[in-house]
Amino acid sequence: MTDFILSKYNYWIYVILIMIGFYGMMAKNNLMKKLIGMTIFQWSIILFYISIGSKKGGTVPIIDPSLHPAIRAVDYINPLPHVLMLTAIVVGVATTGIALSLLILIYRKYGTVEEDEILEALKK
Amino acid sequence: MNKLAALLVTLMVGGLLFYSTAFFPKWGDPKQPGSMHVSPRYIEKTLAETKVPNAVTSVLADYRGYDTMFETSVIFTAGIAVMMLLRRPS
Amino acid sequence: MVKDLEDVVIRTASRILIPFIQIYSLYVFVHGHGSPGGGFQGGCIMAASFILMAVAFNLNMAERRLKERTNAIFCALGVFIYAGTGYLSFLYSGNFLDYGQLSHLLPTDPIKARYYGMAMIELGVQITVMAVMVSIFLDLVTAGKHEKTPEEDGND
Repeated sequence: MTDFILSKYNYWIYVILIMIGFYGMMAKNNLMKKLIGMTIFQWSIILFYISIGSKKGGTVPIIDPSLHPAIRAVDYINPLPHVLMLTAIVVGVATTGIALSLLILIYRKYGTVEEDEILEALKK
Repeated sequence: MNKLAALLVTLMVGGLLFYSTAFFPKWGDPKQPGSMHVSPRYIEKTLAETKVPNAVTSVLADYRGYDTMFETSVIFTAGIAVMMLLRRPS
Repeated sequence: MVKDLEDVVIRTASRILIPFIQIYSLYVFVHGHGSPGGGFQGGCIMAASFILMAVAFNLNMAERRLKERTNAIFCALGVFIYAGTGYLSFLYSGNFLDYGQLSHLLPTDPIKARYYGMAMIELGVQITVMAVMVSIFLDLVTAGKHEKTPEEDGND
């Protein structure tokens, strides 16, 4: 039982973060809080992928040049999730920047960032 | 939508995700399927084919350089989009 | 009175720290091959130094050090350097982004030419990331208008 918890608890933490972000996106009324929920969701997915690439007893994936022909892949952690998540982080920054500028435009036009007031102003 | 329905949906999605973590590999397993197919080739050949000891930089810039080029163009497009949205003469 | 004293502490500390932050970002970029680092990380740190300049002082000083027109040119220059390095291997009948063909241009063997090709594209990535981060920050903070305060006290 302890072995089961110790080998899986990192996935549980990230699932809890996903649930927090998901609830924030759906249930909050303020548009800025919805945006913060989306950001939490995005970063928790990135953390989840990075945690997949670890190996027990492995070290940082920078190869020591002194042991050139005898390099074993089991000594180093997996570099692929780190590489793919670098791209994902930059895409997340771009998405957040554009979403914030859209919020500024909505505030200029309607004078509020509450969702129900904007919907009422749209119905008129 | 009201907060009770949102809470129920979140708990259902969370329950499904918790159930699916039973099928995931153990944390830190050296033989998990993510580290078995192409990643050992990158680690073993990066010093011989490109004289760069850092495996992350060599995969990012050489083996997967095409993805990095489009990702640079994505951030460039985001900068242009924010300029176009906000800098209007009013 | 208290606000003037706060400003003195923040402004003096920023004035001392900003050149060291920029040198550190160049250090992180150049050591991307042998230790953790590279283009993205160096570009973010360099952008942080310009954002610190805009936050601790007023917008006039950030504009004087990095003009908006230069910043917009830097946004496009980085992507141009990256794609240009990719096209350069077309001239020597190679694939796109095949840095081994750069050995016809630089006086090294094909394996070391991949090393130098990676350094060139990381330079392009750093320039673009730095310029876009500063541009997005200044656009969001001033809501697009970029109004500058009149010169109140002659600090530079």
